Amino acid sequence: MQRSTPLPTAGPGRPENRLTANLGRILLAILVTLLTAVVLWQGFVFLRDSHAPKLVIALVAIVWGLGGVALLYGVANWLVEQLPDHWRLYLQPLIFVGPAVAILVWYLALPTFRTLWFSLLDRNSESFVGLQNYISVLSDRGMWEAFRNNLLWLAVGATLSVVLGLLIAVLADQSKFESVAKSLIFLPMAISMVGAGVIWNFIYAVRDPAAPQIGLLNAIVVSLGGKPQAWTTLIQPWNNLFLIVIVIWLQAGFAMVLFSAAIKSIPGEIIEAAEMDGATPFEIFFQVTIPSIMGTIITVTTTVVIFTLKIFDVVIVMTGAQFGTEVIATQFYRQYFSNRNFGFGSAIAIILLIAVIPVMIYNLRRFREQEAF
Amino acid sequence: MSTTVGKRKNNWTSLLLVNGILALICLFWTIPTVGLLISSFRTRDDIQTSGWWTIFPHREWTKTQEFKPDAKLDRNGVMEISGAKGTFEQFRTGIKTPDGKRVIWIGNKRAAVIRIEEQAWTTRTNFTLENYRNVLTGKQYQIKQTDGSVKTEQGDDFSGAFLNSLTVTIPATLIPILIAAFAAYGFAWMKFPGRRALFTLVVALLVVPLQISLVPILRDYVRLNLNGTFLGVWLAHTGFGLPLATYLLYNYISTLPRDILESAFIDGASHFTIFTRLILPLSVPALASFAIFQFLWVWNDYLVALIFIGSKPDVQVLTMRLAEIVGSRGNDWHLLTAGAFVSMILPLIVFFSLQRFFVRGLLAGSVKG
Repeated sequence: MQRSTPLPTAGPGRPENRLTANLGRILLAILVTLLTAVVLWQGFVFLRDSHAPKLVIALVAIVWGLGGVALLYGVANWLVEQLPDHWRLYLQPLIFVGPAVAILVWYLALPTFRTLWFSLLDRNSESFVGLQNYISVLSDRGMWEAFRNNLLWLAVGATLSVVLGLLIAVLADQSKFESVAKSLIFLPMAISMVGAGVIWNFIYAVRDPAAPQIGLLNAIVVSLGGKPQAWTTLIQPWNNLFLIVIVIWLQAGFAMVLFSAAIKSIPGEIIEAAEMDGATPFEIFFQVTIPSIMGTIITVTTTVVIFTLKIFDVVIVMTGAQFGTEVIATQFYRQYFSNRNFGFGSAIAIILLIAVIPVMIYNLRRFREQEAF
Repeated sequence: MSTTVGKRKNNWTSLLLVNGILALICLFWTIPTVGLLISSFRTRDDIQTSGWWTIFPHREWTKTQEFKPDAKLDRNGVMEISGAKGTFEQFRTGIKTPDGKRVIWIGNKRAAVIRIEEQAWTTRTNFTLENYRNVLTGKQYQIKQTDGSVKTEQGDDFSGAFLNSLTVTIPATLIPILIAAFAAYGFAWMKFPGRRALFTLVVALLVVPLQISLVPILRDYVRLNLNGTFLGVWLAHTGFGLPLATYLLYNYISTLPRDILESAFIDGASHFTIFTRLILPLSVPALASFAIFQFLWVWNDYLVALIFIGSKPDVQVLTMRLAEIVGSRGNDWHLLTAGAFVSMILPLIVFFSLQRFFVRGLLAGSVKG
């Protein structure tokens, strides 16, 4: 990399030469910047207006998107390296860290305050209404249904995901088929919630009692002499539990993987010593294993809780958030995008944020304890 | 002696118990997916009229005889046909005879056939690729209805949505990695004012729910004409994935041995050279594990696509397409089953081939919001 090496034509002693050399460099810099801008803009216009075959558009989009970002970094860095040393030292961190910080501020940090502000305005974001939206949220019957259901999701869904994950991790740890079993249980992690919705819709499918049932659950119920049920719609509020099962199915594998790694990192001597002292497997589990993996339990639980708090896709796909299955995130979507009540919708988003603030504080405190930074 | 025998026996039973419970859980976890996979290869009629498990040998009523009912039968009273006795309504649902047969009246009172059935072992194995053809080409297909007429229906084209998903996912996976890697290097190896404060921001943003951003960002997009463009979706996924990416990559890059970098500096290499030639190649494991994480996240995402693509059908991704069919044609199981698998195939391949990296990524940063 040639930083401040003068161009060969520029004699070091003569000021007019240095001037022309610098002028040339400035012109070159402007040219490169313009060229980059033109290339990126052309790509953008092509993608916006073109009616080329889909495959061509897809390829151009991928190349343009990735190449564009790489090009921007390369050009920006090249420009900075043309500058004198003390400027470069100041500006180079800006090029490395700046884009990430800018995007974070635009996409997450600022929106937090903007949404907070919108939540204090009326439904069209025109006049200031103070806490009126929060009062509406807390006195709305649909919202209380959503709060109740979200609590159910947390109490049943999050708890069972963690407990089952731990149980499976412990069982798998003692089995010869560990890797096969773990892969099978982990597999739903790769499936979208929409896909999972289709899978479970098929399990819960209900047919006229006279016809053969094509849903597995109703087929079992009928073969045991029962009546087929519309699991996700009619039996309120228990239909929520049938939606929760889907999310347990999706995320127990996540909990299991983390627990499994934590259990394997417990030193063997501790377990052996406990066995020598005549501890039963249950005593070992509750008095040795659990305390040793407490950190992981906290991490997994907070992750699962945050995930469950924002549950949206499964409910929309399974029931369209009808039949008493409304949750906070679906209410947010309905209020903001269907009812166009921007103030109310923003207030719901802020309530979601408030719910995760304890976790945020916990993370920040742990980060501050790290000496290394 | 006796204690070791006792212990071994105890081990043997507990091993059986452990493996038994584990097998049961695995079975429970696998059946939903397997059921859907099998169904996606069954014909439309088979899916609608029988459970997927009927492809396995099972006992079922099968037709042995069929004839027209005697015209003299009193259709409004009690009739006797082939040893079964009952009213018209009872015959309609089928009457079992003592010798294990079933007599069914098919049709109405005037025009009808009587069917005699027996329990027999059968399997239903009419497998077909037709569902996948429908879903991938979107061609019209014909259905023979029960009354013999033929109905033409429009298939559903997933191939366009598949391409859109790829176009959204590949850059939305790689762009945040690139940006985060630059930032992680900056945080780890450069000195600048506000470094600690900015990284604290990254940590704080890890758990912020993305719902908080949807409203303001959508307004910006409408103003900037970015709504429904690939660039808009890439940037949104970049924004939402960036805190975790930066955090994970920082954790990795900051632990790389310091002397490698110092010797490179002494050789006169610039930060940019060190980053592209040295740090990126060394960070491949961390980059890969985040890439898988982000790939699965973006590919399976529904909410972000719904908000920022929503209005434009030609940019629609797979999850939206699938959710739309669930909503509008929820009983077209032949389309849904095949469509669901088309949407799953790529993440499943990625998942199985790169599971090790994925797990490592999860272990390193299970704090995403």
